[in-house]
Amino acid sequence: MLTLLFDGVAYGMLLFVLSCGLAVTLGLMNFINLAHGAFAMAGGYVTVILTNRFGVPFLATLPIAFIATALVGALLERLLYKPMYDRSPLDQVLFSIGLVFMAVAGVDYLMGSQQQILALPEFLKGRVEIAGVGIGIYRAFLIVVCGILAIVLQLINSRTRFGSQLRASVDNRRVARGVGIRVNTVFAVTFAVGSGLAGLGGALGAEILGLDPTFPLKFMVYFLIVVSVGGTASMYGALAASILLGLADVLGKYYVPSIGGFVIYIVLVAVLVLKPQGLFARAN
Amino acid sequence: MVSGMSSAPAGVAGALRRANRWGVLEILLWILAVAAWFFLPEQHLILAEIVNFAILALSLDLILGYAGIVSLGQSAMYGVGAYAAGLFSAHVTGEPLSGLLVGGLAGAAVAFLTGFLLLRGADLTRLMVTLGVAAVFMEIANQADWLTGGADGLQGVETAPLFGLFEFDIFGRTAYAYSLGVLFVLIVVARIVLASPFGYSLRAIRDNPLRASAVGIPVNPRLIAIYTLGGAYAGIAGALFTQTQMFVSLDALSFQKSADGLMILTIGGTGYLYGGVVGALVYKLIQDVLSNLTPQYWQFWIGLLLVAFVLIGRERPRALVRAVSIRLARLFAGKAASRRVAEEKP
Amino acid sequence: MTALLETRHLNRMFGALQATTDVSFRLERGARHALIGPNGAGKTTFINLLTGVLSPTSGEILLDGKAITGMKREARVQRGLVRTFQINQLFGGLTVIESLALVVAERRGEGWNPFRSIGRARGIDTEIADLLRGFGLESVAGETCSDLPYGKQRLLEIALAIALKPRVLLLDEPAAGVPEADRQEVLSRLAALPSDVAILLIEHDMDLVFTFANRISVLVSGGLFAEGTVDEIAHDPRVKDVYLGGGQHG
Repeated sequence: MLTLLFDGVAYGMLLFVLSCGLAVTLGLMNFINLAHGAFAMAGGYVTVILTNRFGVPFLATLPIAFIATALVGALLERLLYKPMYDRSPLDQVLFSIGLVFMAVAGVDYLMGSQQQILALPEFLKGRVEIAGVGIGIYRAFLIVVCGILAIVLQLINSRTRFGSQLRASVDNRRVARGVGIRVNTVFAVTFAVGSGLAGLGGALGAEILGLDPTFPLKFMVYFLIVVSVGGTASMYGALAASILLGLADVLGKYYVPSIGGFVIYIVLVAVLVLKPQGLFARAN
Repeated sequence: MVSGMSSAPAGVAGALRRANRWGVLEILLWILAVAAWFFLPEQHLILAEIVNFAILALSLDLILGYAGIVSLGQSAMYGVGAYAAGLFSAHVTGEPLSGLLVGGLAGAAVAFLTGFLLLRGADLTRLMVTLGVAAVFMEIANQADWLTGGADGLQGVETAPLFGLFEFDIFGRTAYAYSLGVLFVLIVVARIVLASPFGYSLRAIRDNPLRASAVGIPVNPRLIAIYTLGGAYAGIAGALFTQTQMFVSLDALSFQKSADGLMILTIGGTGYLYGGVVGALVYKLIQDVLSNLTPQYWQFWIGLLLVAFVLIGRERPRALVRAVSIRLARLFAGKAASRRVAEEKP
Repeated sequence: MTALLETRHLNRMFGALQATTDVSFRLERGARHALIGPNGAGKTTFINLLTGVLSPTSGEILLDGKAITGMKREARVQRGLVRTFQINQLFGGLTVIESLALVVAERRGEGWNPFRSIGRARGIDTEIADLLRGFGLESVAGETCSDLPYGKQRLLEIALAIALKPRVLLLDEPAAGVPEADRQEVLSRLAALPSDVAILLIEHDMDLVFTFANRISVLVSGGLFAEGTVDEIAHDPRVKDVYLGGGQHG
């Protein structure tokens, strides 16, 4: 039981790193980016290729995955996403679906459609027993890394000048522009960092989520659940939603496999209909 | 008979009727579609598939193009229609027309029961809600493998000869003719509905829901009504797929189906009923050409096309069709048309 | 005798802000009544309460002596309470004829009919032709609403409301934004509105108010401040102070 809880939390923390970028892009520009998972996939493949083909140590590949996807994100934001900000949600959805299909087919072409196996270093493998609870070392590693990331993100968001500009922009884009915040620049940076985090999440999650070209489609709904349940107002919302989702998914699939699969979708629909701003949105 | 006073009313009724008249391009399209049955016998299977995509996209056009409801979940109605028709065939009868009806009713029921979820919230919420609803149905079908066959697909679907006469052969002869007939009936029904006060009220809601309610249109009930009709169309498309393939799998409920429908409609353009047909034709042609060049990676190019389409502007294909249509109408109607134009703009 | 439209002690709060304060108001049959007040006086909130866009925090709204307070927007329209908008609210993708036809069909209760072509309803063509003529829209009848020049859009805005054969018409700044060249036409069309329709005109433009209305209510800070004939209001020093004095006509 406790092992399951532990796994659920680890899974949830991973979902947080994967989807926090999406929460910010949605909150800041109202942009519905269904291609967010493609960045995660890119990070996953960067790590797999570097470790398996070039023998780069796993830990060293993580920052590379982050930087590489952040750069790709920054590039695409400038070239493709920018003209889409003022378009209708339908246009944005079609546009990002197009990107997803390109990413899926492109990776399929380059890497093949098979599941990628990531060779984890020895010290991250195996389980330990602590007070009778079986704990996967890699899962513990995930919790630590993602936990540190969450704290760092929250500190950036709440303590730095950039963080306050970001919060002001999410609150009210027009007012933020009025007081001289360069919202587009804030957004470009956030988009790049969000993409990079997704890439990092993809790298970290390659082992437990599985990695193949359909990754962006498979996890799209999960990201949307995190965003819609957590709201876009704060990091805590996304974090809480991620952990809840991770726990619900792991526990649900274990205890009630017959319904576990669609309960989370029903929750998604219910939250969207009852509280379109998300459960954890700031009271206005 | 035409006195000075009553000439204006005649003009009004004429203008309303002209907007809903069959166009030259439209008639030409149907002639070509029928001719294809006679002259392209090796292509019947692919043609039947095009028609199936066209009906799926048509169902989406009804709700998106005419009532402004965005959706990423048309696969829910399509898939439920497909499974309903499959189960009906496996357990009751393989007679195709009654199976089509069952599929349509199933799709309509799903849409009617989930439509209220779309009444609150903006486009963004609607997109995510429809996506979520479709995911729920997908998971239910996946779990209920005693009923649906789960991931292996539904077995034992047999389609009896159409009207008891025409066998569904492996070359798609009957399938194409049957599908085309269904599409024709659905388009005719859609034309009638859209030319009615009900149909116009949908466009009013699409263009300005605030004003629509201020002129007494009950917005939410109308949206549920058209969503239900769209669901019936999607269900019929799904049923048709089951009957011509004699097989249903979870693919029918997948996000891919919703995305296919939306992409096809985008390529063909919304709001003139034939966007689905044009889009499906282009989509399949591209798929055909590209999969010869790069088998299984053609989706990359479809994705690229979609991105390009959105960046350039989705209205373009519709505008092109309209321009060609007007030019053709002039060409065919000749002097009569030019005389009418001269009368209208004195 | 009951008024055609009446409100009793109408209140509306937005959080702690009181936008409408104890408004008891009567609109008589066939009235030409103007509602004036400085910016932010709550005129638009009042209209939204009457038409059901907002629901009141407390108080009652009666049409023909019957409470319509909790009624849906469409139901109020069907009972003859119709409004126009300060900012044009047209059906951008439809033509002028189509817009009018769908409104007329809706009024006749045919809005749910999915089978009969909209142009085939008996007498609908004569009725639309009359509306087109009445509002000077014949020359643009076949054009898409979003392509119309602003003056014509403004006229269509009113024509859509008249097509509903209202008993009470709420005109929200009908001449707002109309270029000087088209202004006279809009004003004369307003003057020619059917005399059996009770009209409540919400307006800033004092010239229009004084020529159009025979009775005026003044709304200040959400409450009814004064009411009377045009003469009484025009010579009421208190009104001059709070409204004319502070307004652009000072």
